[in-house]
Amino acid sequence: MARITMREAISQALWEEMERDERVFILGEEVGVWGGTYAVTKGFYDHFGPKRVKDTPIAEAAIIGAAIGAALTGLRPVAEMMTINFAFVAMDHIVNEAAKLHYMFNGQMRVPMVIRAPGGGGRQLGATHSQTPDAIFAHFPGLKVVAPGTPADAKGLLKAAIRSEDPVLFIEHATLYQTRGEVPEGEYIVPIGKSTVQRPGKDVTIVTYSKMLELSLKAADELAKEGIEAEIVDLRSLRPLDMGPVIESFKKTNRAVVVEEGWPSYGVGAEVATRIYEQAFDYADAPVKRVAQKEVPLPYNRTLEQMALPHVEDIVAAVKEVL
Amino acid sequence: MEKQEYLNLYHQMVVIRLLEEKVAELYQQGKIGGFLHLYIGQEAVSTGLISTRRPEDRVITAYRDHGVAINCGLPAGGIIAEMLGKATGVSGGKGGSMHLADVEKNFWGGHAIVGAHLPLAAGLALGDQYQGNAAVTICMFGDGATNIGFFHEALNLSKVWNLPVLWVCENNQYGMGTAVERASAVSEIRRKADGYGMKNAVADGMNLMDVREVAGKMMEEIRAGGGPQFLEIMTYRFRGHSMGDPERYRKPDEIRKWEENDPIGIYRKYLVDHQIASEDELNAQDQSAEKEIAEAVEFAENSPEPAAEELFKHIYVEE
Ligand SMILES: Cc1ncc(C[n+]2csc(CCOP(=O)(O)OP(=O)(O)O)c2C)c(N)n1
Ligand SMILES: [Mg+2]
Repeated sequence: MARITMREAISQALWEEMERDERVFILGEEVGVWGGTYAVTKGFYDHFGPKRVKDTPIAEAAIIGAAIGAALTGLRPVAEMMTINFAFVAMDHIVNEAAKLHYMFNGQMRVPMVIRAPGGGGRQLGATHSQTPDAIFAHFPGLKVVAPGTPADAKGLLKAAIRSEDPVLFIEHATLYQTRGEVPEGEYIVPIGKSTVQRPGKDVTIVTYSKMLELSLKAADELAKEGIEAEIVDLRSLRPLDMGPVIESFKKTNRAVVVEEGWPSYGVGAEVATRIYEQAFDYADAPVKRVAQKEVPLPYNRTLEQMALPHVEDIVAAVKEVL
Repeated sequence: MEKQEYLNLYHQMVVIRLLEEKVAELYQQGKIGGFLHLYIGQEAVSTGLISTRRPEDRVITAYRDHGVAINCGLPAGGIIAEMLGKATGVSGGKGGSMHLADVEKNFWGGHAIVGAHLPLAAGLALGDQYQGNAAVTICMFGDGATNIGFFHEALNLSKVWNLPVLWVCENNQYGMGTAVERASAVSEIRRKADGYGMKNAVADGMNLMDVREVAGKMMEEIRAGGGPQFLEIMTYRFRGHSMGDPERYRKPDEIRKWEENDPIGIYRKYLVDHQIASEDELNAQDQSAEKEIAEAVEFAENSPEPAAEELFKHIYVEE
């Protein structure tokens, strides 16, 4: 296994799928000549050519809409939103078209497409460019939403997403691109809708995903120094949401903290906590705690922005509260 | 125009140029974060354009907003302080480079979602029309922004409602790395206004006097109730799209060719050739602009960070 970055893992998955299947093509802003705003598709244009690596005008609704149309004809488009914040421009096509067509037309139509969208805060990009709106997208039945936290999962989930018969939103975190990890070469699939334990432990369950996995692992290291063994469950997919490993872990630890980067209201933590109560109320020894972003639009100023984002210390503190 | 006004416009362009060079440095030193989009090469566009506005006329633009802010009369100190995230920044350090604004100066902001401010501009103009104000809204945006739905919806609405808007496309030939003809079905962007039955014109954005003349006439017609018009201004950004642009999409030759048409040089030559100002007088302007920027940087660097409680302020209006 090679140790590569998240960027390389995503790039590898795309490359291999395009080599494997002629129907797979990429479209988006600056994906071609520029090589991708985050350099994920660097070299693709030269290798695959303009038919399969399509630079688009700045027109998110048309990018997603056209990807849906192409998917209806049997192609497998991978549409890139330069950042997830711009997906709001295409919201109608994502939620009213991509997520609905198969159901509404009684299974006649299929939308096998992927939307890749980097998001997340912490880079002083200001309120409109720093959001982690994952939960919003996970609200809609008909759309699958995945958000990997490790390079291996990024590769495996992206391959699964491209091969999925349904529309999948693949959320990347812009501050994870340089993160390294072991990634299996060649064919490697991580099924959509499967949570996994990233670190075993017996005292408390930390439920998290994407960037917050990195912080949770660090928090677990801190806690271990004090003899507290945290078990970390990585959701990896927000819809479908696999509560199996979460519930199993909670029945063992009887305590849980849910960590997400987005806002807590109506969020991932709210959803997971509710399901824990619904499915394992009798096992709870303490109320489930949420760690999340402060309920403010993210400001530009570095200090204020950092104040608003969740940190390792917040996770450690939350764990101590539930113990 | 009075002589002093000619000199003021020259001064503004030099201030913009120096400010941009300075903030590029501050960015490289890690003092400015996030995205930073420079206006170098495009100074004559907003300087000429905004010289035609009256105080009651509103201005709104995209994220490439530093020059526009200077032309609207925002202090260089408050602009640089904003980029440094300081409490004295024009947006209190919460907005950053892309979100400068000063409502008292009728500058309604830089906006970072491409094209999203165009419908807002229609609304600003609606506000004036509704309240019987004889004001025009100047809405600036890039060539790339003319390909997004917002643009078409806003233009159409403005015409249907006869709103007092001057739509101004700053055609700097590229939206990030994408040349106009790779992204737009018509490369002569002003033709898009024909689709909405809207009067349109083109101006040379490297030539302040041309911009001023063409825009001035349009502003008067709009002010008189003639409805929205569309102005395409041809220009070029001498630097990358933002700091850190790998610039794989244009050749050094092309950039050099445009740099020979430096808008500040062209205007300076115009002033000298027409004996409006002497070299000495212009050099004095250069020096005072340098001093102004040096003071602005000092002010910004010495300003305090916003207080922690600012984080939770202005989420909603406090009543
Ligand atoms: C809706 C949306 N999509 C994409 C972006 C990313 N983006 C920022 S600037 C830009 C290019 C805009 O080009 P243009 O309108 O020509 O303005 P210029 O930068 O040349 O001044 C892009 C694609 C964005 N901010 N908003
Ligand atoms: Mg442009």
